[in-house]
Order: sequence, then C-alpha cells, then structure tokens
Amino acid sequence: MEQQKEDDGYMNKKAESITRMIDIPYGLDHSKKRYPVRGFTRDKLVEMILMLSAAIFILAIIVISIFIFARGVPLIYKVGISDFLLATEWNPTKGMFGIATMFVGTLAVTMVSLLWAVPLGVATAIFMAELAPAKIGRLLGRLVELLAGIPSVVYGFFGLIVIVPFIRENLGGSGLSVMAGAVILGIMILPTIINISRDAIVAVPLEYKEGSLALGATHYQSIARVILPAARSGIITAVILGMGRAIGETMAVVMVTGNSTIIPNSIISPVRTMTSNIVLEMGYASGDHQSALFATGVVLFIFTVILNLIVNLSLKAGKNYASN
Amino acid sequence: MVSVKKRRLTSFIVLGLLLVMTGLIGGCGNEEAAPPDDQNQNSEKLSGSITVAGSTSVQPFSEVLAEEFTKIHPDVKIDVQGGGSSQGIQAATEGAADIGSSSRELKPEEKSGLVESTIAMDGIAIIVHPSNQAGEITVEKLKDVYLGKINNWKDLGGSDAPITVVCREAGSGTRDAFEELVMNKESISDQVIIQNSTGAVKTTVAGDEKAIGFVSLAAMDQTVKALKIDGVEATADNVKSGSYKISRPFIYMTKGQPEGLAKAFIDYVLSDEGQAIMQEEGAISVK
Amino acid sequence: MRATKNGDKILTGLFWLMALVIVGILFSIITYIAVRGLPGISLDFIMQPPSRAGKEGGISTTIVSTLYLTAVALLLAVPLGVAAAVYLEEYSKANSKFAWVVNLTAETLSGVPSIIFGLFGFVFFVIFLGLGWSIISGGLTLAIMILPTITRTAQEAILSVPREYRENSLALGASKWQTVYRVVIPPALPGIVTGIILSIGRAIGETAAIILTAGSSLNMPLSLSDPARTMSVHLYILAMEGISMERAFATACLIIILIIIINYLATLSLKGLAATK
Repeated sequence: MEQQKEDDGYMNKKAESITRMIDIPYGLDHSKKRYPVRGFTRDKLVEMILMLSAAIFILAIIVISIFIFARGVPLIYKVGISDFLLATEWNPTKGMFGIATMFVGTLAVTMVSLLWAVPLGVATAIFMAELAPAKIGRLLGRLVELLAGIPSVVYGFFGLIVIVPFIRENLGGSGLSVMAGAVILGIMILPTIINISRDAIVAVPLEYKEGSLALGATHYQSIARVILPAARSGIITAVILGMGRAIGETMAVVMVTGNSTIIPNSIISPVRTMTSNIVLEMGYASGDHQSALFATGVVLFIFTVILNLIVNLSLKAGKNYASN
Repeated sequence: MVSVKKRRLTSFIVLGLLLVMTGLIGGCGNEEAAPPDDQNQNSEKLSGSITVAGSTSVQPFSEVLAEEFTKIHPDVKIDVQGGGSSQGIQAATEGAADIGSSSRELKPEEKSGLVESTIAMDGIAIIVHPSNQAGEITVEKLKDVYLGKINNWKDLGGSDAPITVVCREAGSGTRDAFEELVMNKESISDQVIIQNSTGAVKTTVAGDEKAIGFVSLAAMDQTVKALKIDGVEATADNVKSGSYKISRPFIYMTKGQPEGLAKAFIDYVLSDEGQAIMQEEGAISVK
Repeated sequence: MRATKNGDKILTGLFWLMALVIVGILFSIITYIAVRGLPGISLDFIMQPPSRAGKEGGISTTIVSTLYLTAVALLLAVPLGVAAAVYLEEYSKANSKFAWVVNLTAETLSGVPSIIFGLFGFVFFVIFLGLGWSIISGGLTLAIMILPTITRTAQEAILSVPREYRENSLALGASKWQTVYRVVIPPALPGIVTGIILSIGRAIGETAAIILTAGSSLNMPLSLSDPARTMSVHLYILAMEGISMERAFATACLIIILIIIINYLATLSLKGLAATK
C-alpha cells in the first residue's frame, strides 16, 4: 500500500540519521570498541551529576526561604498574623504594619494584567505558529524577543510619560492607577507568554493536526480542539512564568501605580502592590521596619507557592480527566 | 543557502570579535582615564582603594569628588556604591564600606561607633507644574495639603481642580526632612501618590498640571517650577543663610575616626576645592 | 455543520489585528526610546568612560560590566539549568517525588520578586560569604534568578522530542547518555535557546538585584571581585536621580541594540548546532 511504503521510508531515514548522529559502530567501523560495561558506569556517573544539578534548585530555594523567613516571621509573630494580614494601616514610623491594602493591590494589578495579556499572548502565539506566513512569524518572533530585552525602568518611564497622562485625560483620576500598572505589566509579560506558548504549539506533532484536518475539521477547529489541548502544559507553563514575572515585577509598577496605601476602589484609583512596598522602603528601612518588609516577602512567597500548587494540581486533575 | 559550517564559523567569529571589542573598550577606557595632574601642590602620592557606599542622593556628588580626587592621586581607586542611606549606615558599621554616606540625620540607635562628618547641605524645593498659577505657599498651607485638609487648588488661589499630591517613600532622606520641618511630626495622608525617586517625582509633576511635590534642590531644572516658601525663594544662598528653612545634611560616616585613604578623601571633600565642587554640582557647601 | 467560512474569515482578521496590536505596542515603545535616545549615541559615547557621575563622558565601563556580568551568570546557569532539565525529563522516574518537588521549587523560584533575590544576594554573597559588591556576587545572584526560566523551557523542549528518537537510539545499542547527548538534545536546542534568550533579556534588564550585589561603581571591572555598574543600573541611576534623561535614553537604545545583536548571534549559532537533520 502507498501508506506503508511511505512509512518505511520515513523510519529508514530516521534510523539513518540517528545512526549518523551517535556514530555507532553499527557494522561500519570495527576498530571502535563496543563498551557496554564502560558505558554503564559512565551513565551512572552522568546521572549523578545531573541529579545534583537538579538538587541545586531545592538547595537554593531552601536557603532563600530560610533567609526570608528568618527575617520576616518574627515580626509577624510580634504584630499578630491577623493584624498583619488584615489591618489596613501601614505606618512604619508609628509601628503599624498592616498589609491588607497592598495584598489587594497585588491581586488587582496582577489579575487585570493577566486578563488582557494571556488571551492576547496565546492568540499571538497561535498566529505566529499556525496562521502567519513563515517570514512574518519569524519577524514577529524577533520583535517579541526585543520587547523582552527592554529594561524595566524604561517601561516605567514610558508608562509615566505616555500611559499615565492618557489614562488621566480619558478616564480620570491622576493617571497613576491600577489600570496603568496592569497595562505596563501586561506588556512586560507578553514576551514570556508568547514565546513559550509558541514553542509549545510548534512542538505539537504534525500528525495531530494532519489527522484532524484529514478527518474534515477546519483549521480553526483543529487549533481549538486538537493543537491547543495538546500544547496545554506548555501554555500553562507560559502563563505561570508570566504570572510569576507579573507578581515579582517592581521597577515599572512602582513608577506608574501611585503607591498610595489605600484599597483601590476602581481601576483608576492609585494602588500599592506588595513588591512595590518592599522596593520603596527597603533601601532606608531598619529594625522592625525592615523585618516588616521581609514579612511582606514571606507573604508574597507563600502566595506564589499556593498559586503554583493550585495550577499544578488542576493541571494534574485536568490530565486525569482528559485521559478518561 | 550558506552552508552550516560557514554559518557556525561566522557566528563564532562574530562572538570572538565582540569579545575583542570588549577588551578594546576596556583597554581604551582605562587609557583615557586620569592623566596625572602636575599642577596640584599636593605631591604626596597616595595609593590603595576605598569604597564609599550609601545614599543615592549623595552618590552623584561622591562620584564627581572621587573622579577629581583620582586625577590628583592616580594610583587610588574609589568605588562609589548606592543602595540607600540605611545601606550606607549598615555597610559602614559592618565594614563592608570604608565610608558610609547618608542624606538624613542618623537615628540614635544607628549612631553607635560611627563618626560623622557633614559634607554639604541640600535644600528641598517644593515644585509644581510650570503652568501653575501659584507662585508661593506658606508652610501652614503646605502642611494642610499633605495632611489632606486642603485638596483643591482653588483653596490656594488657583483654579477649581483637585490637587495631585506627590510624596516620597517613607524613610527617604528628602521626605524625612520634609516631615521634620513642614509636617511637624503629623502624619502625611495616605491618599497621596508616592514615587520612589527624585526623577520620578519630577517627571510626575512635570506632566501633571495639578500636581505638587518636593525634590532635592540640586535636581531642579526647567521642567518644573519651585514655589517660594513663606516668601523666601528656593536658592542655594537662601539655604546657606538659613532663610529658606527646608534643608537636610549630606553626611559621611566611618567606623571610628577616619584614617589613611578614607581620611585623605574626607579631608579633600571638606577642603575648599572639594566644597567648590559640591557647590558646582548643586549642593550647598558647609564652609 | 460548517457555517463557518465567514466565521473563519472574521477569526483570521481578528488574529491579524492582534498581531498588529503587538507590533504597534512594540513600535511605540521603540520609537519613544529611539527618538529620545539615538541622538546621544556616538562612538565617543561607547568608548569613553562616564564622567561627572554620568552627566558627561560615555558609558564604556557599563558596557563591559554588562557583558561581563551576563557572561558569568550564563556560564553558571545554563549548564546547571539544562542539566537539571535533562535529569528531570530523562532520568527521573515517572512519578518521582524528587522530580515533583524540584519542579515545584523551580516554579516557585520563578515567582520570587527580583528585590528578594537582591536582598538575599546582598546578605549571603556580599556580606556573609565576604565576596563584597562584585561581579561574582552579582553573577551568582543573577544565575539563581534565571535558572528557573532556563530549566523550565529546556524541560518543555526536551519533552517535545518524539519518543521514537530515544527508542530508536536505544534499540540501536546506544547508551542512555549517548542517546541524550546526541539524539535528544539537538532537536531540543531551539527551545533551550529560547529560554536562554529570554533569560539574557531579563539579566540585562535587571536593576534592583544588581545594585545590591554587584554594586554601582563607575570604575571598569577588571576581575571577578570588582564591583560593576551595568547599563541598566546606569540608566536607572541617571533617570531616577535626575542626572541626565538624554543619556539615560541613549543607554536604553544601546541596550536594545545589544539585545538585537545577541539574539541574532544566538539564532545563528543555533542554526549551526541544530542542523543535523
């Protein structure tokens, strides 16, 4: 059958290329030794080294966690955990350390930025991977990488000089607002989301799409029902990395959100995020004030961990569901 | 299509060129710096290196002073770091830096073991948008603005528009002085906008006709307008004479009495030449 | 039923629109920087060291610092990160708890704000280990910051290499390591390099963490123990302290040009390395 022949040719080519790659004495060069035993020991050694590399992560996180917690937790005890998290009064010189306003601030700015950056980012990734002509796709890719290289301070000033006045004149308020923060933050996390999503989509084996099209689905139906689900883990990685960057971004956000210690009551209200709080005051803080900032770091940390856990677990659940 | 081998070779060559260029820039940079100055009477050739760390407000001044000092003593290397006044105090106390710098008075608990020298004064200008009608303000009214009691420009003789109040972050040397001398220990309203640097405050005020803020006098430029305080204009002379009241000190600190290279540098900064440089860069000399 | 020919057209239009929005955003930012910054760039600017705290002179020392620091960070993070990714995807067992923990920590690490890394770096490398404000302190801190991105993207890239490659290779008698080294990694290289490029962008743009660990001295760094001011830090200081906005933007322009060059080089060498097909 036609199909059969094609398959054979394909596998043969693959085998050939692989043989070439690993230079196996596959009946070609008898002077090279076959060394199953030596290969085995070397393999074990390699495995050890690689495992050690992976372990460095855990080491790093443990050390950093100890560091942050050691400096921050004592203060949380001193102030009382409910007071720290729920009180809205942040006045370090008077010993008041309530971070509720900033917790809400972080939530607000991050969520709004994700709200517009994730759909736009994933859509652009789809565009680049599936819809655009190859040249345009690559050009767009280069442009997006460029966006990733622009320093935060530049985004900050761009926001301050372009976005903030725009919001002030069209939406009201002083322009320094949740909206401004969300816009700039969204722009900053777009490259991460786009690039990683695109890689995930491109990595979906061609056969999936071809199979779907062969069964009569349109291109868009294939994208929506076959490719995206297959690329899901990569896209979620993209969103997680993007969200991480959003929560952790400081310089630009500090310059455009106004940093008022009030709970934002609208999208044009000024707001302060937890990271902004740390950046604003760490350079000058000492004693309890400094500990309070580390304590804010603790909260951020735990927040990120919980968020990641939620996404990871729902990913697992999703996979189980899908495979049923 | 260019062959794979050629492309790989090209990329390595370009990478190599980049590295060579880096070396060249590095080499050239070093050559350009610090020709020995024969005119200076101080013929004692010092050598060694010190680190000056601390206030970001003082950093630009330290850098210019270090540059001039290095011209006189080419074998000396002075590394100037920022990080903030608190970092400077900590670095000086722990010995991570030879000289710590601060743009605010030290708190009692920070003073232990440190010897301070005030190297300059800096005025704090109250700024508004250049198109703002207001030309002056009293300290009382200024305080009320930052307390949130006055929140419309019409109460200050301007048009009917809400005031965008811009402030610095808690712990900033500039803000500390402002709170000392204007707020009289009363808390600034938490409705105010907070920016974390001179540049950001300036840009905010320069772009918003309804804004008011305060910055270091040394950073004043054409993009904003300074208000008279109680009838006194914000100039270096007025700060020096004391008639312009809102100002703060620039301080160098060392652990124990300064000695060796650190002492030489601090002496230079306090000398006529050093103070002239301070004045030139916008600060106010202590002589 | 397929009532979708027009629907498809509208969708396509929407997608093109979105792509245009992205391009529009990029162009407005680039134009903004270029207009304010390009006039300030000259050969002098690149070759001369900063003078008068940056108000005069050039930025040569910062260029060298940036390249030096980024190189150190990459040298530390790339081997480590790719090795970790290889371990996680190729060697660890399917439901390994160890792998799950490492993955979780990698993701958590990627969410930690830069300022915390900076503070950690300051207290641990600069003060505790006594390395002082130096390129090595900054490089180590930066390496930890970009490690998660490199590992995560490398993982995804390795995952996407079809199973048959490995199976064929092993069936032909190659050892596990040979398989990984010659069969799995080359096709995964594009993804790995994406991660590296993203990380370079972040490394070059980082400010707070670098100020706290590599310092902000204007002197030319000659060794790993010298402090260094990178271009981003210089830009930050120039703009924030109101020293010179023109030079700040000129520096920003140069940073972007540098990124373009690095990206181009990365793609070039990538094509050279991955063209075994």
